[in-house]
Amino acid sequence: MLAYLTRRLTSLILSLAVASLEIFLVVEVAPGDPARFMLGINARPDTVAALRAELGLDVPRVERYLAWVGGMLTGDFGTSYTYRAPVTEMIADRLWVSLPLALYALALSTVLAFPAGLLAAAKRGRAGDYGVMAGTQLGIAIPNFWFAMLLVLLFAINLGWFSAGGFPGWENPALAIKSLTLPAVALALPQAAILARVLRSALIEITGEDFMRTARAKGLTRGQALWRHGLRNALIPVLTILGLQFSFLLAGAIIIEQVFFLPGLGRLIFQSISQRDLIVVESVVMLLVFAVIMVNFLTDLAYAIVDPRLRRRA
Amino acid sequence: MTSSDTAHSSRGRGGQRPPHGSERASDPTTLLRARDLKVTIADHPVIHGISFDIAPGEILALTGESGSGKSMTALAVMGLLPDRANATGSLTIGDGENLLALPEKKLCTLRGREMGMIFQEPMTALNPVQTIGRQVSETIRIHTAVPAREAEIRAAEMLARVGLPPDRFPLSRYPHELSGGQRQRVGIAMAIALRPRLLIADEPTTALDVTTQAQILDLLKSLVAEEGMSLLMITHDLAVVSDMADRIAVMNKGEIVEEAPAAQLFREMRHPYTRTLFEASQHRADLPPEQPRTEPLLKVEGARRAYALPRTRPFTARPTFEALKGVDLTLHRGERLGLVGESGCGKSTLTRAILGLEPLQGGTITAFGQQVSPDMPAATRAGLQVVFQDPYGSFNPRHRVRRLIAEPLHLLSDPPQGRARDEAVAEALTAVGLSPDDADRHIHAFSGGQRQRIAIARALILRPEVILFDEAVSALDVRVRAQILDLIADLSRDYGLAWLFISHDLTVVRSITDRVLVMQEGRIVEEGPTAQILDAPTHAYTRKLVAAAPRLPEIGKIST
Repeated sequence: MLAYLTRRLTSLILSLAVASLEIFLVVEVAPGDPARFMLGINARPDTVAALRAELGLDVPRVERYLAWVGGMLTGDFGTSYTYRAPVTEMIADRLWVSLPLALYALALSTVLAFPAGLLAAAKRGRAGDYGVMAGTQLGIAIPNFWFAMLLVLLFAINLGWFSAGGFPGWENPALAIKSLTLPAVALALPQAAILARVLRSALIEITGEDFMRTARAKGLTRGQALWRHGLRNALIPVLTILGLQFSFLLAGAIIIEQVFFLPGLGRLIFQSISQRDLIVVESVVMLLVFAVIMVNFLTDLAYAIVDPRLRRRA
Repeated sequence: MTSSDTAHSSRGRGGQRPPHGSERASDPTTLLRARDLKVTIADHPVIHGISFDIAPGEILALTGESGSGKSMTALAVMGLLPDRANATGSLTIGDGENLLALPEKKLCTLRGREMGMIFQEPMTALNPVQTIGRQVSETIRIHTAVPAREAEIRAAEMLARVGLPPDRFPLSRYPHELSGGQRQRVGIAMAIALRPRLLIADEPTTALDVTTQAQILDLLKSLVAEEGMSLLMITHDLAVVSDMADRIAVMNKGEIVEEAPAAQLFREMRHPYTRTLFEASQHRADLPPEQPRTEPLLKVEGARRAYALPRTRPFTARPTFEALKGVDLTLHRGERLGLVGESGCGKSTLTRAILGLEPLQGGTITAFGQQVSPDMPAATRAGLQVVFQDPYGSFNPRHRVRRLIAEPLHLLSDPPQGRARDEAVAEALTAVGLSPDDADRHIHAFSGGQRQRIAIARALILRPEVILFDEAVSALDVRVRAQILDLIADLSRDYGLAWLFISHDLTVVRSITDRVLVMQEGRIVEEGPTAQILDAPTHAYTRKLVAAAPRLPEIGKIST
């Protein structure tokens, strides 16, 4: 187990190093000079040069890269070109919306998917299964922003239970959670549909395994065998999907953020790209990469907890 | 144990009576009674109304080829038939109700308590993510109200009973930490944890090595003798049950064609099918006489192969496992060489090394004077062909037979095209007893034996001088196996083919090789003429192998 952990950790650090280098290079070679963009096309060359010096764009690339990485390691992400504000604070503000939203949606998706997947697998080929399959097909087919608009229409406009958008901040946690509920549901529904289908097919595959027959030969009912012996074995693909979903939810919520006027990471990165605010783009992307790699690391750990055979291999 | 059941005074099976007791007196002691058992799968009949009895403490062997319905019979008794299957007739245990009429809920209370079952594949029959202690104690916990702690104590007792004492095999072990034989013992412990009256074993030793097989068979025998269980033993291998079963029932196409006490069955063999099976199991291929040895085609000298294992702790050197510890082997032109040994002895590694699929860490392999290695020239590779064990897994299901057989042709510098290619395929198919028309079909249209013929055709199309047969007949039914062995013998006669025949089955090796090598833990421990080695082994390991191999009673007593 220790060897497994060391190996995973080493690969995590290496991935981060490679990712930071790639992000820096890609953003560097992207066309468009932030200084020129900020000053407009009619700016005089010496003004542009002055701004470049001020933004630190005139030092060699290697130094800039090292300064950037060093800054990130100490929690200093630099200063935004456009807003002239510390990037760390900008990201932190947005993260307080995006992270809870992603976790909220992930929790909802899991809570919805597990009973649905188990039900469909247990009732395979019968009404319950068809119901779940039809529902999840719909969940996958309909885009989440459409769900979002329907939710707003029903729960915000007609019933008035929730507000139609905006985020009041965390001073009042109950209110904050309430305002995140509709976006979380809109995000969770398609994810739950995918997860339920993955769980169903994993369980059905497991049902055909020899050890499930052994379990039945001991006197377990179908349901007991599925619950006691099937579920844990079916968790590996489910964990994989969960890991992918979290990464997606963290940054991919941009449309939902727009629909609900939420100040999240997705909107921040969208704005920064259109304004050539490279330092913000780099930092947010790096942060997302970090999140994805961390989630993968945690998924790997979860694999090892679920499946004892993986603790030995690496 | 069972109360009297005199309703069934007549067995109605034409004097084929179990050896226990006589007529009526024996009836109350019938444990499992099957009457007119019929099974259909998706309305297609697979068992056509069979009847049999098992007395308490009796071992009944149900034998036959694949598809004969023997496993379906076992699953019908357990109530674990596939979803689309339907069973009619009557199956009773003791004075209980007809199992086939019981609701699923009631059956669940009987499975594991009244009847336990052991399956063929110990590698997959256990849940990989649960400890063995938990899996054995589960049988106890779902049927009785004992506390978890006590169930564990009883599970430990059961594991000790099947030869896995808790000091060496703690309950916290996971299945992947055990060998195949040990896993099968865990499977047996789960099945007998509540001492059911009926134990069903479906090919319990087919996936095991001969020495392990002998141990598991001994264990089953002692369980029957000491715990008073009845055993329904399903096997395709007559030799396995010949000195174990009290009675043997031979199944063919969903019917029991002959049933008799074991000794009587082997003596009389009333049904022609029984005799066919028996003869096929000890079939000797008609191998053309051995030619004097000429030049060596294949030479393995001091071959060493080590695999790096995962580190046990960070920043230490990776431990290695030596699969080949210096193997020497010479195969001459036209020679028929055998290689025997148990799983894990290095047979497969050696095969892969000879095929140039594995690099060596020491020693050399030369074929036709050329060095064999993973990057050897295609021409050398073309001379070494192989037939694998699994006729189901070794073909791409989406390709037609033509393409499958013609595949090795790309090794030639100037592969035949168009007509010439088709002719080569047709010739290879004809050589293995198939029709050239079969080239346009897909592999799923063929039976196991036909697939193995296609595998041989694929190996033959390059006219190699050497073919490696890696357990090439192990997955086949005895009658098909006999045919394939004959076909291989013909290849020696017609093409002067030399082969290395790798098998765990000593009977097969005896039938198809002149010389044999015995391999143990990466070394060749004994070699010599096949008959001499198998009849008078000198190395202790060979002696153990030969002693453990199941043997059929002498065929000489049977009139032909």
